[in-house]
Amino acid sequence: MAEIHLKSLAHSYSSDPKNPGDYAIREMNHVWEHGGAYALLGPSGCGKSTMLNIMSGLLSPSEGQVLFDGVEVNNVPPEERNIAQVFQFPVIYDSMTVFDNLAFPLRNMKTPEIQVQSRVQEIAEVLELTPLLKRRASNLTADEKQKVSMGRGLVRSDVSAILFDEPLTVIDPQLKWKLRRKLKEIHQQFNITMVYVTHDQLEASTFAEKIAVMYGGQIVQFGSPRELFERPNHAFVGYFIGSPGMNLIEVQRCDGGVSFGNSVVHLEPNLLELIDNISSTNLKVGIRPEFIHVWDEPTDDAYCCDLIGVEDLGTYKILRLKLDGSELKVRIDEDSPVPVGKAYISFPEQWLKLYVDEYLVEASVESEVVT
Amino acid sequence: MSLVLENVDYVVDGQNYLTNVDLTLEPGSFNVLLGRTLAGKTSLMRLMAGLDKPTNGRILMNGVDVTGVAVQKRNISMVYQQFINYPNLTVWDNIASPLRLAKVKNSEIERRVKETADILQITPFLQRYPLELSGGQQQRTSMARALVKDASVIFFDEPLVNLDYKLREELRVELRDLFKERNAIAVYATTEPNEAMALGGTTTLLHEGRVVQSGPATQVYRQPINVEAAKLYSEPAVNLIRGQIKGSEVTFDEAVHFPLDHDLRELDEGEYFFGVLPSHIGLVPKNDDDLELSMRMQLAEISGSETFMHVVNDHFELVLQVQGVIGYQIGEPIKVYLPTHKLFVFDLDGNTIQTPSQRVMR
Repeated sequence: MAEIHLKSLAHSYSSDPKNPGDYAIREMNHVWEHGGAYALLGPSGCGKSTMLNIMSGLLSPSEGQVLFDGVEVNNVPPEERNIAQVFQFPVIYDSMTVFDNLAFPLRNMKTPEIQVQSRVQEIAEVLELTPLLKRRASNLTADEKQKVSMGRGLVRSDVSAILFDEPLTVIDPQLKWKLRRKLKEIHQQFNITMVYVTHDQLEASTFAEKIAVMYGGQIVQFGSPRELFERPNHAFVGYFIGSPGMNLIEVQRCDGGVSFGNSVVHLEPNLLELIDNISSTNLKVGIRPEFIHVWDEPTDDAYCCDLIGVEDLGTYKILRLKLDGSELKVRIDEDSPVPVGKAYISFPEQWLKLYVDEYLVEASVESEVVT
Repeated sequence: MSLVLENVDYVVDGQNYLTNVDLTLEPGSFNVLLGRTLAGKTSLMRLMAGLDKPTNGRILMNGVDVTGVAVQKRNISMVYQQFINYPNLTVWDNIASPLRLAKVKNSEIERRVKETADILQITPFLQRYPLELSGGQQQRTSMARALVKDASVIFFDEPLVNLDYKLREELRVELRDLFKERNAIAVYATTEPNEAMALGGTTTLLHEGRVVQSGPATQVYRQPINVEAAKLYSEPAVNLIRGQIKGSEVTFDEAVHFPLDHDLRELDEGEYFFGVLPSHIGLVPKNDDDLELSMRMQLAEISGSETFMHVVNDHFELVLQVQGVIGYQIGEPIKVYLPTHKLFVFDLDGNTIQTPSQRVMR
């Protein structure tokens, strides 16, 4: 069992932190439930490495608690936590055989040799390493070495959580998907909590059931890959997830909605009521390039934009449009006609999001994503 | 300024790094070298730059043979994968260094450093040292140093590979815009088809030291001359299924049959490889001639806004590229729809016989 609970956790590398900027991790509460497949996703400098080090025990948090199944482990060193780590670069003994590499953690714990034999065989089978057991590790390819690294984590039956730190960095692109599949299978077979730390949306979304997106020392959204795409809870998530990311336009409150330049975006009355009760003037509307509708000809409620560029990416095209001083990106299919000079677009209500102080504001729970 | 390579070979210790390369880089052009690791991209750039000398063949700049001319005498600059800056110099001095070396007047240095820093959005960091900057800012600094001196050829050797994908997306667009206003030749090496496509310009596909195909990006993408070109320029890679044309029917892997239609009708009977792009296969039928296939899910890779679905049946595997986030369990049955009018056809040697709705001259 391993539920990892970060309770009122915060960390500062400064001995006398005064303002929020002094914190690598701002105060947060977060639970990684037992047996989940999770990712911790964010750009470099967002605090995810600090968080990883706090969970693994390399770093003791300056404030709050790390609880493993309810027991505080703030000052428990890594080797005494039932956690395994898989790093960017394979950590194995080149001079040993694959078998001895896999057996090493068990022999270290003085496990009886007969158990070592059966456990190593079992793990090798799962990782498809059986034919390689007698080979010296130095002769393996990068992906085989990384599988041995994983095996060294899985082989200990007392391990209840595995932390992955960008484990596929050194793997050939053509082989990556096979290892991703292997990781998912392992998660299904072993009842283990897995946390995958990465800056890559593909790695995170493919592996995890739920992703914690970290930005500026905070988790700004914890949700499924689909939620991050369809309903970003924070403007940063909109921007960071998706290629290209969400269009975000700064707007002001106006009669019947919000506006930028001379363009008005009409919003539902109950949503307007909500924002009228908030004093902030940091308002943005967001819509993903995939969800903007392009009309063939002018319509009553379409916005007229200047077409300033087209990027042909083969499988799809990106239109770069200018509307009242704001630049918008629109994704259209490979076979869709490209507008000439002007483009007429509209924002389907379902996909238009409103952000106040960077966070999503929604009128009611009824506006759940329809699929 | 033009750069021409004629019959260039490059052999090191009996190993052919490059074989019979003929290339013309036009003035002001943006040239992308696309190929896997060890395809010869870096070797080719080093020859073009004058860092190495070809074993055979000639290199001409503006029609003048420069084959034996050392790098110092050619007006070129380079940006590498690793962020290479002088750690003991400020960003300002880093950018100014090539101009100082060229003994440019101080007032002119001042003007050009400011201008270049502005374009690359590093003006706020000019007084900092490289190691105080993020990876993206460090690479912008090395790009600024390469761009400041008005070189006639600028080489980029996978410059964005060590940056995260959001930065890559942004720098790609900036770089492209930057070169719109320059007369310099840009040569940009990458292993990523999507990056090559986004950069546009001319794409040269390299494979095992040879040029497979060279031309405008969209043309090379839509009309690959052979299987290798099609595979190199698609990510996920084009799906290939061996099949047979007999009578009025196509058979995939002795298992799936469908009637010949469209352009396929004109093909001779026999064995072929049929190719279909991952983005052309769908989860719902779109056309009358879509072929319904019953498959099993192997893995859904989710890129954030797209899903790459790996599916398999008893005969072949396919990869689909679908918009949006689509979740399936491993092993789950799934129906996919393959548009038979969007097939590439290759002969068994891999040469292109036909691209979708466009005939290829043989």
